Amino acid sequence: MNKILLILQREYMTRVRKRSFLLTTFLVPLFFIGMYVGIIFLTKKSFEETHTTVYIVDQHGEIGPLLKSAKNITYISSNKDLQEQLSSLNNEDKNTSILVIPKDFTNHPNVEFLASNKPNVSTQNDIKSNLSDILRDFKYQSLGINTDSLKNINTTVSINAKEITSDGTTKDSNTEIAMGIALALSILVYISLFLYGSQVMRGIIEEKSNRIIEVIISSVKPFQLMMGKIIGIGLVGLTQFVLWILLSFVLAGIASTFFVSKSELSEQVMGAQLQDNGSEAIAKSGNAMNSISPEAWAMLQSVNFTEIIVCFFIFFLGGYLIYSALFAAVGSAVDSETEASQFTMPITMPLLLTYALSFGVLMNDPHGAVATWLSFIPFTSPIAMLVRVPFGVPLWQIIVSALLLIIGFLLTTWVAARIYRVGILMYGKKASYKEIVKWFRYKS
Amino acid sequence: MLEIKNIVKQYANHRALDDVSLSIPESKIFGLLGPNGAGKTSLIRIINQITAPDSGEILFDHQPLSGQHIAQIGYLPEERGLYKKMKVGEQMIYLAQLKGLCKSDARKRLNYWFEKLDIGSWWDKRIEDLSKGMQQKVQFIATVLHEPRLIILDEPFSGFDPVNAQVIQDEILELNKKGATIIYSTHRMETVEELCDNIALINKSKKVLDGSVRDIKKKYNNQTYLINYLPSTLSVDELSNEGLFDIHAHIPNQDDDQLRIRLHADSTLNDTIRHFLDKIQITQIKEIVPSIHDIFIQTVSKTPSI
Repeated sequence: MNKILLILQREYMTRVRKRSFLLTTFLVPLFFIGMYVGIIFLTKKSFEETHTTVYIVDQHGEIGPLLKSAKNITYISSNKDLQEQLSSLNNEDKNTSILVIPKDFTNHPNVEFLASNKPNVSTQNDIKSNLSDILRDFKYQSLGINTDSLKNINTTVSINAKEITSDGTTKDSNTEIAMGIALALSILVYISLFLYGSQVMRGIIEEKSNRIIEVIISSVKPFQLMMGKIIGIGLVGLTQFVLWILLSFVLAGIASTFFVSKSELSEQVMGAQLQDNGSEAIAKSGNAMNSISPEAWAMLQSVNFTEIIVCFFIFFLGGYLIYSALFAAVGSAVDSETEASQFTMPITMPLLLTYALSFGVLMNDPHGAVATWLSFIPFTSPIAMLVRVPFGVPLWQIIVSALLLIIGFLLTTWVAARIYRVGILMYGKKASYKEIVKWFRYKS
Repeated sequence: MLEIKNIVKQYANHRALDDVSLSIPESKIFGLLGPNGAGKTSLIRIINQITAPDSGEILFDHQPLSGQHIAQIGYLPEERGLYKKMKVGEQMIYLAQLKGLCKSDARKRLNYWFEKLDIGSWWDKRIEDLSKGMQQKVQFIATVLHEPRLIILDEPFSGFDPVNAQVIQDEILELNKKGATIIYSTHRMETVEELCDNIALINKSKKVLDGSVRDIKKKYNNQTYLINYLPSTLSVDELSNEGLFDIHAHIPNQDDDQLRIRLHADSTLNDTIRHFLDKIQITQIKEIVPSIHDIFIQTVSKTPSI
């Protein structure tokens, strides 16, 4: 036990002291915040730049005056004919264009849009929707329908979704926020399982190719070395997450003191809480943050962050232990990383599959049969269960899944350790699946 | 101190060790010899408890070998290796700690060794910044730092220049003088006679020979002598005596002639000399003692293939 601690300590210290660890720990949150700021900035800027002045050459006569200038488009009725307007267009600055409305527009709704540079898509869409509104009104009128009374009919329905909890009370439920969090969790777990799992594998390949392995296992049991490595690297991962959480609080604090007025403060705090769960995706999607309203704030508060964080740590750790054990077995079986890919592919398939499914069936139907089954199978539950948690999962399911995860991790570790103890001593032998099965069967 | 009894180790398609028994006496240097692939490394791994034998047992100080003996064994594997990115001092302390030494003791002993081998300035260097020979030296220290009672050295001199090989050899002898038992595995014979008290020869998974170096040499001594004499008019046939010896070769030299003879089992050197005395003027008689090298080659090439 003491020796596992020594190994763990070395694995942990050598990694945490690395420059790359510090860089990722401090730069990744900055990168995401920078990206968020950048997206807002660019979006704003692009709005400013798409402003277009449109000269209308109205051959129909009645349409032109109905077009109303908006934020991005200024309509100007042209009093010149098309040729003159075209020649004057070349002298104007680049965000100017000509809209030609033909005589029989109401029968053949096809207009020409002439711009000196490539016509901007959003401007075109704006013009298209403006014109189709006008055309619709025209048609209603020709059919004798009163457009004013039509406009008064409002068919927008708003849903106030409530979730009934087990004790019979209702609580606000917001599927979109849950989806955002689920998505973020899925991405985060997928990436970090891969990241830290392959670090375990690389560490083992390094020891093997360095040939230090023989010295080490003349002092400790292979199992101790493997577990020390797995736990040590796992702790590196946890350290990183905890630092990220702390860091995002600090950054949020700094941001709120310097840049944000009091009303926006709550937004920032929320941003920080979202970051806690690694839900950069929500932040990225932007509109969730931009259009935050008191109601949305209340809904965000309805999300049980404590539950999500606890589940995240349980399922991340469980998944990490399972997959890093498999990665360890692979690392012991090969001599180089290039050789490893043929084995890492199949073992990470369940992970990849669940990850892909999380964008579809898992998120759309988090309580369906597929999602429920996947959230029980130890190889897929780390992602599947975390995707489901934001939507609310009965406690017994979480407990059963966590127990299965622990059993799964014990089994994989047992299998991996049997392969590992033989594999690390095999140099220059090309490992095949058959070979690995044979190793597994060796008596110790 | 180490009693190896009927060890069998079977791998999937070959038997690495076939009923090998050895006895390694306390405070001696024991040479474990054998050609490549004979099973030396398999045996060493079993002694180090890296792998377990299929059958047979090993006694360490009359007790079955177990985890508690790990701290008393130091192992220098043939394939050397250290963590390349780790600093020398840190790494040595880590390896010593794995052998059960506490940190401060490890540091103290490390200082002693670094001073002794005059490499104190290496403490904060990374392994990858050292030359191959320097790395070997570091690894040698790592092997003996925890003052093991049994030191297993697998080809310890490979990769050393002659000067440093001598330094290491002196250290090995000193450790042995202080009481450490040493298993020295090699397929190079030059140093064996110089260093080893006892040897065992393993070939094709089987022990083919073992005992003290002196006994083995005596056993392989086949009473071959070189006799130098002043040139004589007598022919080789006239010198021969079939009752006493066979003549293997006659080599005429510039100053004297040379006969290579092998005595019959029941004849003595005195009788033989008496036979020659009135025939030729003897200038020198020399017994040809087989070297361990010769014995090795002779034994290995004699072993039938399986």
